[in-house]
Amino acid sequence: MADIRSNFLGIKSPNPFWLASAPPTDKKINVLRAFEAGWGGVVWKTLGSQVKNVSSRYSAVNFGGHKVMGFNNIELISDRPLHINLKEIEECIKLFPDRAMIVSLMADNNRDSWHEIIKKVEDTGAHGFELNFGCPHGMTERGMGASVGQDPEIAKMVVEWVMEKATIPVITKLTPNVHSVVPTGKAVVEAGTNALSLINTIQSVTGVDLNTLVPNPYVAGKSVFGGYCGPAVKPIALKMLTTIAQNEVTNKVPISGIGGVSTWNDAVEFMLLGASNVQVCTAAMKHGFRIIEDMCEGLNNWMDEKGFNTLNDFIGKSVEKIIHWEELDINYHHIANINQDKCIHCGLCYIACEDTSHQSINLEYGKPYNTYSIKEEECVGCNLCQLVCPVENCITMEEHRVAPEYLNWIEYQKRGLPLNDH
Amino acid sequence: MSITSNKLSTEQYNKNFQDIHPPFETIDAAKVEANRCLFCYDAPCMKSCPTGIDVPKFIKQITTGNVKGSAHTILSSNIMGAGCSKVCPVEKLCEGACVYNLMEEEAIPIAKLQRYSTEKAMEQQWQLFERKKNTGKKVAIVGAGPAGLSCAHVLSREGIDVTIYEKEKKGGGLMTYGIAAYKVTPSFCEDEVNYILSIGGITIQYEQELGKTIQLEDLRKKYDAVYMAIGVGLARKLAIPGEGLAGVVDAISFIYDIRNNGFNQVPVGDKVAVIGMGMTAIDAATQAKRLGASEVTMLYRRTQDEMPCTEVELNIAKLDGCKVIWLAAPKEVVGVNGKVTGLIAEKMKLGEPDAGGRRSPVPTGETFLLEVDMIIKAAGQTPFQQLIDNNNLENNQGKISSKNAVTNIKGVFAGGDCVNGGKEVVDAVQAGKDGASAIIQFLF
Repeated sequence: MADIRSNFLGIKSPNPFWLASAPPTDKKINVLRAFEAGWGGVVWKTLGSQVKNVSSRYSAVNFGGHKVMGFNNIELISDRPLHINLKEIEECIKLFPDRAMIVSLMADNNRDSWHEIIKKVEDTGAHGFELNFGCPHGMTERGMGASVGQDPEIAKMVVEWVMEKATIPVITKLTPNVHSVVPTGKAVVEAGTNALSLINTIQSVTGVDLNTLVPNPYVAGKSVFGGYCGPAVKPIALKMLTTIAQNEVTNKVPISGIGGVSTWNDAVEFMLLGASNVQVCTAAMKHGFRIIEDMCEGLNNWMDEKGFNTLNDFIGKSVEKIIHWEELDINYHHIANINQDKCIHCGLCYIACEDTSHQSINLEYGKPYNTYSIKEEECVGCNLCQLVCPVENCITMEEHRVAPEYLNWIEYQKRGLPLNDH
Repeated sequence: MSITSNKLSTEQYNKNFQDIHPPFETIDAAKVEANRCLFCYDAPCMKSCPTGIDVPKFIKQITTGNVKGSAHTILSSNIMGAGCSKVCPVEKLCEGACVYNLMEEEAIPIAKLQRYSTEKAMEQQWQLFERKKNTGKKVAIVGAGPAGLSCAHVLSREGIDVTIYEKEKKGGGLMTYGIAAYKVTPSFCEDEVNYILSIGGITIQYEQELGKTIQLEDLRKKYDAVYMAIGVGLARKLAIPGEGLAGVVDAISFIYDIRNNGFNQVPVGDKVAVIGMGMTAIDAATQAKRLGASEVTMLYRRTQDEMPCTEVELNIAKLDGCKVIWLAAPKEVVGVNGKVTGLIAEKMKLGEPDAGGRRSPVPTGETFLLEVDMIIKAAGQTPFQQLIDNNNLENNQGKISSKNAVTNIKGVFAGGDCVNGGKEVVDAVQAGKDGASAIIQFLF
């Protein structure tokens, strides 16, 4: 059995799965249920300024019959009294001393407010802080949340205030509502943050109600931009994570990966691209805390199969595999192949290729089943047919190199090789 | 043993004849299945539908909440799409061709989804079709069954006025009079006919029978074209001794009575033999059982491999407790005091394949006696040969000869069972469309 224990900045947890700062972590009853279910740690929902929430608060994007492919919220930071939060945090730590307890913070935008809350939270025995520089709604209007994270200078200043006071590890959470997460990431690492986490939610409108014509979520006939998360944002999160994992300044600190992690597979992908652990919210909000069981078991089985004994054996292993376009090997070529024994004759590959790609699939009429085959000389190896095929391993991409040696775009140009040749 | 009506309580009848394929209760339930559809290109299900309904499209439209569009997609190919969703042997048509079968997965419940959209359309009385400007042309159709109604609807859409002459009191043909009540209720059939007629421009003259109250010659004079959709109707005779004894009935009239008179008004025996293994034989056997017969035995000359009904249909009969004796042909009906007391049947064996490719039954000489008090003949139907001959319509053993619906008489067209000898409702609907195309070509 692989060892899935996690050590993030010295903060230990029995597995690398934390619940992200969000509604599931805003009170004792939820957090105890999460710990009982087996979660490795929690990031307690953001404490700080006094707020007032509205009703409703959430909306979602469904896709292809599946609910909550994407999720958005307009909830603010914790709206419970600070002293109750602090008391409950302390109680949770006592009841589950082996779990990680991180507390998310978003104080008013001055040094004293930050220092004051840091002191109070440290008194609970919490193991670390996560600075919420990412919340894209409600708090930004007051100069907090994403409006801090979007400005590297302000972010740096706040982190400096925090680091003056904090005696436990500090994680800075980055907002994705920027052209690049790297400038703020660099600024806060330079200001001394011990770690980074990303991504926070993405500003969004999930949809418009076609009866009322009011966008979602509905609040008295109006709506606001909300923070988008859930499976839909995972690819964006992975890209942003990679840029942090590849930057020589930001990759000096550990990263906690966030953004649509729903399964152990997602978690492994985040960790392969540089995250030391992951945080989960939407999947738990959709299914409850019980999803942790398969996350742990799946991770364990995968590590055993791959021969990884500890998390560190694979964290970051895929980071170097994402390179610049001009470094890609132009001599690599692959061509689709349809396994006729597996083909169910749905024609999805054909119509995708014929209408929108390279007309590389041949249709031989049959009643009721047509036969589809690849025109190898036309196929550019785009993968589209394979992506739309409903049968696993029916369409495979077979390697047919143009030439044996590695050849990139820069060299290709130097040699004056032909362009626009397809 | 006796043949009596009113064998069961009203509750029991209602229970026995309730809808065998319950519909989706909600759009959410429909969407679960609709979302499984792969949206195949040049879809095998569509190619396997005699009317060519764009199945992937109508299912996709359910997933987007465009149920009205979905109903339009179905009904523009098959105006009896609602009825067909209940009576089509989909296991050998659309659902049988679903690519999921090739993955050993359950096929998409196409019929059930089709029922969802079309029943919604009927319930809401959506007017999905608009008549073109009146052309001044008039067409007579003989027979308000699926072929006649389908033809009428296409013609009406094109701005042609249609009068249908129907010998029964209701439209719908075999859909209304010839199918098991647990598949379609008479009231549904009436609603469907009314929904089809709601486009306007179609009048049905009921209780008008060709050769009796109306004559083809008169129709030819009065109308610009005539479409013959008279179906088939005469039950094939067994031609064995004792066929005239009381208690020998034909399946068509047995089913007709169930649909027309009400469950408790139809006499049924205690021990019933059903001759044949087509869809009608199944409908007769299962309904005899559901009317209260204690024992129903089906006899078929060949084996399960050659049976005309689908396996799904056979299973309905088996689940109803009907017994099946394969390789047995009726030889003589025996009786006492003019009433049936038994059926002597001969054991058969399979010989060489016949013209249709099915192996022929060959008598073995060995017989056995089945004690029964009722015998239902469901050995097929024959065309109205006499009527067709009388009207000088070229025919092949009573089946009207036609090329693309065109008969030997100018301005007279034909389609459906009276041409093909008896196929599915869905085939008749397609025949009606083809007939309308031929008529339109003839008129303009």
